[in-house]
Amino acid sequence: MSGTTMNTGKAAHGSGRAPRARSRTRATGGSVRRAPYAFLFPAVVLFLLFFVLPIGYAVYLSLRKVEVKGLGLGSGARSEVWTGLSNYTAALSDSELVNGALRVLGYGAIVVPVMLGSALLFALMLDTERVRLTSFTRLAIFLPYAIPGVIAALLWGFLYLPSVSPFYFLLDKAGLPQPDLLDGGPLFIALSNIAIWGGTGFNMIVIYTSLRSIPVEVYEAAKLDGCSPLQIALRIKIPMVAPSLVLTFFFSIIATLQVFAEPTTLRPLTNSVSTTWSPLMKVYQDAFGNNDIYSAAAQAVIIAVATLVLSFGFLRVANARSKQEEAR
Amino acid sequence: MSSLAAQNSAREAAPAAGAAPGTTQGPPPRRRVAFVPTLVLLLGAVYCLLPVAWVVMAATKSGKELFSTLTLLPGTGFADNLADLTAYRDGIYWQWMGNSALYAGLGALLSTAVSAVSGYALAVYRFRGRETVFNILLAGVLMPPVILAIPQYLLLAKADLTDSYASVLLPLVLSPYGVYLGRIYATAAVPADVVEAGRMDGAGEWRIFARIGLPMMVPGLVTIFLFQFVAIWNNFLLPYIMLSDDEKFPMTLGLFTLLAQGNSQPALYTLVITGSLLAIVPLIALFLVIQRFWSLDLLSGAVKS
Repeated sequence: MSGTTMNTGKAAHGSGRAPRARSRTRATGGSVRRAPYAFLFPAVVLFLLFFVLPIGYAVYLSLRKVEVKGLGLGSGARSEVWTGLSNYTAALSDSELVNGALRVLGYGAIVVPVMLGSALLFALMLDTERVRLTSFTRLAIFLPYAIPGVIAALLWGFLYLPSVSPFYFLLDKAGLPQPDLLDGGPLFIALSNIAIWGGTGFNMIVIYTSLRSIPVEVYEAAKLDGCSPLQIALRIKIPMVAPSLVLTFFFSIIATLQVFAEPTTLRPLTNSVSTTWSPLMKVYQDAFGNNDIYSAAAQAVIIAVATLVLSFGFLRVANARSKQEEAR
Repeated sequence: MSSLAAQNSAREAAPAAGAAPGTTQGPPPRRRVAFVPTLVLLLGAVYCLLPVAWVVMAATKSGKELFSTLTLLPGTGFADNLADLTAYRDGIYWQWMGNSALYAGLGALLSTAVSAVSGYALAVYRFRGRETVFNILLAGVLMPPVILAIPQYLLLAKADLTDSYASVLLPLVLSPYGVYLGRIYATAAVPADVVEAGRMDGAGEWRIFARIGLPMMVPGLVTIFLFQFVAIWNNFLLPYIMLSDDEKFPMTLGLFTLLAQGNSQPALYTLVITGSLLAIVPLIALFLVIQRFWSLDLLSGAVKS
């Protein structure tokens, strides 16, 4: 880049005047030392206000409850008291929360592998030689990233809805059976499909970017040794992009366990999605539907901890595996 | 699903495609198109474009056509749908659109500014606690939005700030991922000797950042802006929790409430469908325009060396 050559020119010029530079730096040393703290001030204040404080408050609330005296009428009849871990034990034995967690685990078991598998496949295909129409297909596959989850769920929701879906129209015309996609087992596929559709493109770009950063010489050597494109993909490309695969896995796990907008949007279209379908929906329902912010806070903390344990657990396993491979 | 089908077909076909150059020892013909990968990518593109194509067609249907004709063929009611949507509750749809633009535009701008100045500080200066600050900020990425959003709501309620524009804007100004990208771009784009040269010329630290560092970081900052713009434009949980006045709703929340009402009045479906189409046009247009001079790869923190 032209910028780089210009900079080296400046560096050479600067080193010629090094003694003066040093004295100058010393004179302004105080402001140089203070500057990074001043620059980071807004970020730190926002972090304290909108991350640390809410988390602390959620933990505080999760240890509290409202105690009702008598009939709960009159002032002073309801008071907030410490309750230890009782909100946590109640949440963990709440079958609805446990069922929601199981539903989301099942959903995640479909979404994460299929989404990342397709993202990897598309990235490898984009990186193949002599492949055509790449700028069009890359943009088309990436496009759902720009579409809000709510609208994605709306669009697919209508495509699942027998009265307006073109698929049902064709099935109807052909006299074929029409499965109900918005109930039972198919509902999982229907919901997973929305997430897969929305997430594949972004992950494809992340993987493709790291594929392109592999130096060409690596392939040249393999090709001279007679490796087929498939062998190159399996033996060279996939291992070399493993770190970005681990990263996309990590973030996909976090995002999947937080699923909220898509099932919430499908609710008006089907009776099969309850208000507590995912753990997050249950938290919302308890906090605002049932006005029990204390147990909602405890559940939110549990979800956060579970998410961190799962995602970091995955990271540890992935790292241990890659170390093993290195040792081999 | 087509993506599954695509995977299978690729697995079966790829060895065959690979065998061809291996058996014929001579130089492979240069111009040949790699057929299978192209096909797989086209299938992926069709899958990704299908709902978009559907909504484009469905938005042209009148209420009657929507339920009676194949929705992948154009109808005749687009102008009427548009007029109905505009007339609905005195044009509240366009209010939602404007709100989304405000939340996403202003929010992304503030967020980019914070990310730029923080990323620059973390990249250019060596100071005590640098890695600690960076790691703690980055840990914010891992915080599930729900553990933040509900206490944020309760705390903002104490400050009497819920159900306001600020309640949706402020919690999203600090983006841990934005700070992370800001540091990566600043490290790559702002060489230490340029900063040093600025100091030699007697410029203050802020001036060096604003006049020298910031312009060098522009391509990266465009990326952070876009990333945040999309994140806020697509956000649902935070406005869903914070807002009750539908005059302040962003697009996502507005369409959701419209659909929820459509449950009892299917006539509203045409409005939801037309509204969905119009809601996705701005971002698609943004990406189509911007990709001419900006690379998608930047979004994952890729920096050309």
